[in-house]
Amino acid sequence: MSHAPLPLAPRKFGETMRTDAWWLQPAITVLVFGSFIAYSTWAALQGTHYHFGNYLSPFYSPELFGDSPHAWFGPKPAWWPGLVPFSPAILILWMPGGFRFTCYYYRGAYYKAFWADPPNCAVGEPRTSYRGENSFPLIVQNIHRYFLYLAIPFLFVLLHDAWKGLWFTDASGHVSFGIGVGTLVLALNVTLLSGYTLGCHAFRHLVGGMMDRISERPARKFAYDCASCLNRGHMQWAWFSLFGVAFADIYVRLCSMGIWTDWRLL
Amino acid sequence: MASATFQLWRGGHKDGHLQSYETEVSEGMVVLDAVHDIQATQANDLAVRWNCKAGKCGSCSAEINGKPRLMCMTRLNTLDLTKPVTVEPMRSFPLVRDLVTDVSWNFRVKKEIKQFTPRAPDAPDGTWRMQQTDVDRVQEFRKCIECFLCQDVCHVIRDHQEKDAFVGPRYLAYVAALEMHPLDTVDRTADLKTAHGIGLCNITKCCTHTCPEEIRITDNAIIPLKERVVDRFYDPLQALVRLVRGKKSS
Repeated sequence: MSHAPLPLAPRKFGETMRTDAWWLQPAITVLVFGSFIAYSTWAALQGTHYHFGNYLSPFYSPELFGDSPHAWFGPKPAWWPGLVPFSPAILILWMPGGFRFTCYYYRGAYYKAFWADPPNCAVGEPRTSYRGENSFPLIVQNIHRYFLYLAIPFLFVLLHDAWKGLWFTDASGHVSFGIGVGTLVLALNVTLLSGYTLGCHAFRHLVGGMMDRISERPARKFAYDCASCLNRGHMQWAWFSLFGVAFADIYVRLCSMGIWTDWRLL
Repeated sequence: MASATFQLWRGGHKDGHLQSYETEVSEGMVVLDAVHDIQATQANDLAVRWNCKAGKCGSCSAEINGKPRLMCMTRLNTLDLTKPVTVEPMRSFPLVRDLVTDVSWNFRVKKEIKQFTPRAPDAPDGTWRMQQTDVDRVQEFRKCIECFLCQDVCHVIRDHQEKDAFVGPRYLAYVAALEMHPLDTVDRTADLKTAHGIGLCNITKCCTHTCPEEIRITDNAIIPLKERVVDRFYDPLQALVRLVRGKKSS
């Protein structure tokens, strides 16, 4: 050899020998995830058209303070600063939002799509320096399990919302059982969110993954197996639950605005 | 017989270049077959490492059309042969010549990982007892053939050359196999955070997508280890639990 072995020079930004459409996956992530962030922020700040009869938008649930009949503690609190715009969603949406933002799957996806770190596998990067999740700010991602603790109660609240979606009040005030398209939308939403949340890597670890001899704890073994089963499709659960929760809000909003009619199936 | 064009990397890291070769291809061939044909008929001095030709020795790792893959497991009918097929050496490791790289860094890394240390034998005859369900999880990692394609595709090693600070996905899976083993007694959690640099992994799953043995490296090894590091260093609730119990949970 005429020279010492050295690796080939790292590729420049976007440079690759890949012949497939490697840019498509990050582009779709930017488009879909970016659209969701923009829409959910807009919807959360509206403070109107978030309920329709017995339906409540998941972006606003639980409605701690607000003007709808779904509010737990009455209207906007007197202590709310006058300069800060109020919306019931502002109070709660940061919790499931934080859970999704710190999710292991989404982290990998948005590091690629929004930060090009890397743009895709075996594709050159724009930066030479790299700190990963070893130091601030990304070390904060280790808070993920605390967002999980906050996100789990939301499943019960949304399950209750789907249950409330089964009970319709007519003009005379009589309450009767029924199923509308909105009922199915809310039920599908909580199903998808449950599949996403209970298949979370942190949940899987906490219920049993942390143990090396899990056979000694049959209940935890069962929970771990269930979480592992959901975890295998975590990416699909992540995206479908994203669509589900956005569509549930859109459905309630458009019904409330009188643009869509909620068809009663039963 | 149809023919196809292959562009093979020839030379070292300074003077190397892609050189075109046209060769005949037929049904059932893999990239390694074509490379062997070229070596036999057109480029007798072509350096290429291979051994089993069955996807089990992990020797013939290369980058085919820019993707890290085993040459012996990449069938030609999965590639577009109307365009030249590029075959390059792995970019993360020092290039010796042509398609051969020096992967010895990986073996040095392996030596730095604390070895398997079982508890005292369970029976007087010096044997242990364990449940199959407890070892199912670690047996997935035993499928690794050490082809180092995951190390090659990992951008922490490939683009940032963080070889002193990060052991790479192959060895995080190796640590997972030891750390999750029901008989092992050694605690490697502090090493994961510092010497093994698990925080440098930003879970883009390139290693998982590349693994020819389809080991779910990110989901089943790296993230569970990251969670164990969180248990130890970033979770005050777990610290409280350890304080109350006075010991590490099993």
